[in-house]
Amino acid sequence: MAPSVRFLATRLALGVLSLWGVSVLTFVVLRVVPGDPALLMAPVGSTADDVERIRRDFGLAGPWWAQYGAFLGDLLRGQFGRSLWLQQDARRVILERLPATFELAVAALILSVAGGIALGLVSVWGRRTWIESAGVSLGTVGIAVPNFVWGLLFIVVFGAFLRWLPISGRVAPELEAPEVTGSALVDTLLRRDPAAVASVLGHLALPALALALPLLAAVFRTVRSDLLGALGEEYVVTERMKGLGEGRILGWRVLRNALIPTTTLVGVQFGFVIGGTVLIETIFSWPGIGQLTLEAFQYRDFPLIQGIVIVYGIAVILSNLAVDLAYAALNPRVGLTS
Amino acid sequence: MNGKLVTGGLVVALLLALALTGPWVAPHDPNRQDLGQIRTPPVWAGGSPAYPLGTDSLGRDLLSRLLWGARVALVVAASSAALAALIGVPVALVAGYTRGHVDTILMRVVDVWMSIPAVLLAIALMAVLGLGLWKVVLAIVVVDWTRFARVIRGEALALREREFVEAARAVGLSPARVMVEELLPNLWPLVIVLTSLEMAVAVGVEALLSFVGLGVQASVPSWGAMIAEGRGYLMVGWWGMGLPMLALVAAVVGFNLLGEGLRERLDPRLPTAA
Repeated sequence: MAPSVRFLATRLALGVLSLWGVSVLTFVVLRVVPGDPALLMAPVGSTADDVERIRRDFGLAGPWWAQYGAFLGDLLRGQFGRSLWLQQDARRVILERLPATFELAVAALILSVAGGIALGLVSVWGRRTWIESAGVSLGTVGIAVPNFVWGLLFIVVFGAFLRWLPISGRVAPELEAPEVTGSALVDTLLRRDPAAVASVLGHLALPALALALPLLAAVFRTVRSDLLGALGEEYVVTERMKGLGEGRILGWRVLRNALIPTTTLVGVQFGFVIGGTVLIETIFSWPGIGQLTLEAFQYRDFPLIQGIVIVYGIAVILSNLAVDLAYAALNPRVGLTS
Repeated sequence: MNGKLVTGGLVVALLLALALTGPWVAPHDPNRQDLGQIRTPPVWAGGSPAYPLGTDSLGRDLLSRLLWGARVALVVAASSAALAALIGVPVALVAGYTRGHVDTILMRVVDVWMSIPAVLLAIALMAVLGLGLWKVVLAIVVVDWTRFARVIRGEALALREREFVEAARAVGLSPARVMVEELLPNLWPLVIVLTSLEMAVAVGVEALLSFVGLGVQASVPSWGAMIAEGRGYLMVGWWGMGLPMLALVAAVVGFNLLGEGLRERLDPRLPTAA
């Protein structure tokens, strides 16, 4: 087998294994409830018959191995069961909401990588000036403060006091149009409606930035320390002697090397961005599966919760796979052997 | 001494002092409602000297609640970080020292664990466990022991190849004794650094859980619950949400700086937390 094929096959197999593990963890967590899960799910005022029906519908009757068998069988057929709260197929509910979350997470990913690299370049270019200290402070605070706190801060500053940007929803109500692709940005771009594109970008800005900031700060710090380290290396000294300007050196030769640790970092940290959507969507009334998560918990809608956790697990596993591929593409020597 | 260590240490020391003396320093019972003094601004913004930092929408004293909230934050942070280390470090030692199949299996478990977003797992656990301070600790430990396991296992893997470990093995020390007597002492700096960083994370998670109503009970003052409460009257006054947010930011940045400062001081080569 060619090494690249073997690398891919191993990663895929690990992905499937992880997915199975996620399903086991979900199954266990929702069933180790002290007390009766069916009772927990039953709305206030339910009769004993109602509880019994929930127990049967949700597959909580019978021995655990039979329960797990039924659970796994449903999962393999892509079925999460029926949402108790919305009285709809849980999978449909999740799939309807997924594109909004995807759009937000991708926007945050782009922002954190592009913003982190730009900030890293600027701070190294302006080293030993106030630019560097400002960047370093931002990096320290940015990495520590959880993203829901950033979200609340942005709502107060840019939404409530300055009133620069909208703080809830995906697009201004008067510009709303039927969904085509699920991505509001792509939809409005396809319609060539500049006002709607502006509105969508405006709505996306604050939640995406709040979601991105911790990762942006981490990318910034990696890129910065890598660039600083590289500036002392021989090849940079050579290029400088050849008369290349600081901008040219930083911009290409050095940056390409800094991308490899950045990719690893994004791989490790992107799960936090995906998890961050739960709170950020709730705070910004973003109609994705993150917002759905807390609602599902409030209604103790376990079939929906199970579906959401599995979908989040798939998202993290797929993004890890994508990072592995990017890593291998950027650095053929290392990636394909492990 | 470096700047990070000093700044972080000072912030954490101040926080600790406030949390320890809180019950005596606090001017009021944190849950006492003064319905004649609802949403009173801080004293410098035209409030009353009886409530130096103002009151919330039930007329409870914000200063007292912030002080009691600091206790909650610190108790949760310290106990969950210590317990997460207590689980993560042995797993890491066994995996890193034994290598082979044991290592593969343990690290696969860690990988799978980490593919469920931490926030989501913590929320799910709280939803099934119910509210409570020790349940918050349990949820954080269940979610975050993997941070210790992953990072420390890497170091243990590198350490086991060193000569002194080989010597200990050659003398005939049992694997358990090699791990505890030879590996562990060399891993302490990393464990301390990770614990400090984990405390920053834990303070954030506790606030987040209480913010969404899945943290400590409503009778216990918590910064996260205060932020959620203050958000409700943001248009009337900033202090209800702003002050607990400030406390939270100071705490997480403080623990983070302390962790990074310790890393630079103890061993600059130490890997960063994953």
